[in-house]
Amino acid sequence: MHHVVLDRWSRGRSLLHARDARVKIVALLALLIALATAPAGAHLALAGYLALLIGAVLLAGLPLLPVLWRAAFVLPFSATFAVVSWLSGDAPRAASLVEKSYVSALSVLLVIATTSLPQLMRGLEALRVPRLLVLVIQFVYRYLFVISEEAQHMALASRCRAPVRAGARNWKARFRAAAGALAVLFARSYRRAEGIESAMAARGFSGHFPSFAESRLRTGDFVFLAAALSVTLAVRLGAAL
Amino acid sequence: MTEPLIEVRGLRYRYDDGTLALDGVDFRLDPGETVALLGPNGSGKTTFVLHLNGLLAGVGDVRVCGLPVRRENFGVIRQRIGLVFQESDEQLFMPTVLEDVAFGPLNAGLDPAEARGRAVEMLQLVGVRHAADKAPYHLSAGEKRRVALAGVLAMRPQILVLDEPTTFLDPPGQRDLVKLLHDLPQAKILVTHDVHFAQSLASRAVFFEKGKVVDEGTVADVAARRHWNAAVD
Amino acid sequence: MHIPDGFLSTPVWASLDLAAVPAVGYFARKARSDIEESRIPLLGVMGAFVFAAQMINFPVGLGTSGHLLGGALLACLLGPASAAIVMTAILVIQALVFQDGGILALGANVLNMAVIGVLAGYLPYRLFGAGRRKKLALFAGGLLSVMASALAALAQLAVSGVPIRPSLAGVSLVLFFVSGVVEGVITVAVAQAVENLNPGWLARAEASWKPGVAFFGGLAIALASLGVLIASQAPDGIGKILEQVGIASHPAGLLAAPLAGYEVSWLPGGWLRKAMAGLAGLVAAGLACLALGRFLARRRSA
Repeated sequence: MHHVVLDRWSRGRSLLHARDARVKIVALLALLIALATAPAGAHLALAGYLALLIGAVLLAGLPLLPVLWRAAFVLPFSATFAVVSWLSGDAPRAASLVEKSYVSALSVLLVIATTSLPQLMRGLEALRVPRLLVLVIQFVYRYLFVISEEAQHMALASRCRAPVRAGARNWKARFRAAAGALAVLFARSYRRAEGIESAMAARGFSGHFPSFAESRLRTGDFVFLAAALSVTLAVRLGAAL
Repeated sequence: MTEPLIEVRGLRYRYDDGTLALDGVDFRLDPGETVALLGPNGSGKTTFVLHLNGLLAGVGDVRVCGLPVRRENFGVIRQRIGLVFQESDEQLFMPTVLEDVAFGPLNAGLDPAEARGRAVEMLQLVGVRHAADKAPYHLSAGEKRRVALAGVLAMRPQILVLDEPTTFLDPPGQRDLVKLLHDLPQAKILVTHDVHFAQSLASRAVFFEKGKVVDEGTVADVAARRHWNAAVD
Repeated sequence: MHIPDGFLSTPVWASLDLAAVPAVGYFARKARSDIEESRIPLLGVMGAFVFAAQMINFPVGLGTSGHLLGGALLACLLGPASAAIVMTAILVIQALVFQDGGILALGANVLNMAVIGVLAGYLPYRLFGAGRRKKLALFAGGLLSVMASALAALAQLAVSGVPIRPSLAGVSLVLFFVSGVVEGVITVAVAQAVENLNPGWLARAEASWKPGVAFFGGLAIALASLGVLIASQAPDGIGKILEQVGIASHPAGLLAAPLAGYEVSWLPGGWLRKAMAGLAGLVAAGLACLALGRFLARRRSA
């Protein structure tokens, strides 16, 4: 499963993995902005970024082809629009759509693949994202797979019990079955939330979620940030020329 | 005569829909004892233990470590009695194992470094130190159970309550759990269907039926009297 | 409906990111003051539920199927502020972990689905949700939330110069409408199940027709649609049927004049003009939503 692979990758060890989430996020944003603002037709610059990202993937000890493949998930969507653009005579935009969306996706993937979600959340919080949002993200992520699995089990069980043949004739029955399943899933989810609250109370929840102290930025982090920002800027300025 | 750790007299509890879940339960737990709660599903075993730390409030006298279980005592009581729930996914709600085990100590006011140290110590004790930075989702049922136990032990309780702890555990997992629990000094209450498990650890069994305690004795005796075994004659 | 990076033009994604930050901050503060911290896991679990629910197929005949978006359902269950935060959390996870939607485009996606979608979904319920017409209110909320989100996304794409084929507008609108109907029906079904389990879980809906609320709500939705009409000045293009793309086929006459000469090109002059036009419309829609949110929030706590 996608997220399992990502989780495994993000727990690796490398110079990139060891960097503080904050600097990785800032570097990512800078790169994304550089990409977004690059003029159409700046193919050389985009190729440059791609090469640098590939280098970073290798440096991080990640398997290159699987990473490049995963970043390509955005392509069907952007390729469709690209074809439309090209057919309406705007070839530069077509190319731009494809290359920008891919390189952007790859850079995001690189950060996610070298930063575990808890680390990422702590980084976001340190960057002043509202604490409530960060906590909710944490909990959504925590129970996302638990509840999805439950939904899959329910779907499987219902298919075993009452095989409703897929087809145009009985879509209403299947619709009702799906709605019913959703209602049951909701009920279970709500009970689960109550269980969590009980567990929290049983361990003396003080009313505020505790967090570990923020780690300090190290020299390596500053070096990385300076390097990433200057390279990003250099390539971007090169594109403008 | 030592002070009992838990003393319950005449506990009654009614659900919102009016069903009587507990109908006058008396119970006692002494220091160092391990007691098994046996009985059919829906007989009130879990409902009963939820009264011990105030998650449910019924009518009657419930005392833990000498303190009546009332709102003003919840803080202290919940440090003295630790509850390991049947649903590990609901108990392990933090993003990583370490954060979850540290939850109790941090909420009790320990500073982050101390809490972290205690969490690591407990993970070591239950044998899942290697999983400290993992997300709970990726753990096996047995590992989750042990992390939940670590999270409870991190609060240094005097009493451990475990609700159906062998659920989802394979035989080796059950064996490991027995060994682990055997070595812990706390007094324990085990809500369980597993007579064998109960017999390995408990010196006494209490049998629930329809919200009442209907039998008491050694695990073997109670199981025999109640025909409480899985074997088919 | 999740817009990836590389589609929106710089003024569009930048202004939407800028608008989204205070909007999310506002909803976070509002939600935080509405609920105890011990309820945060509930928000998370509800978010996880919607996430999982979004993956369930609801066959709607003709061999196609729809999916739940969840904005309206969450709004009626948790109140608009908490719902906005939960939807934002879902969108962030979708963008980061599943690469569904861009990072720079998060502002746009959040405004479309977590703000406009949630507010539009809550509006009917808020206005006439108490009493006998509760089911209708929930249904209307589902429908409105999908349509408003979709139209807003379209407007943003169109203003960014993504080529569109006006003549396919009818089909796209029908698709959105059907998605909206599916959303409405599922919202009603789940909300009913919730009521059966525990009456009173749904956020209390004060039954009063408040002209102010209706005005702002209407304004927000109208502006989102106007944005689409503005974008309809784009020239014809050959294209295939794309779910996310399609607009009204009749350009709004009164807006044609200042925007004549709108071109799908990257020339600086035209760029600036169309950026200003799109920006103005979108910022206005964003502010209107903020005002609506504030208005609703004040009313609700009164």
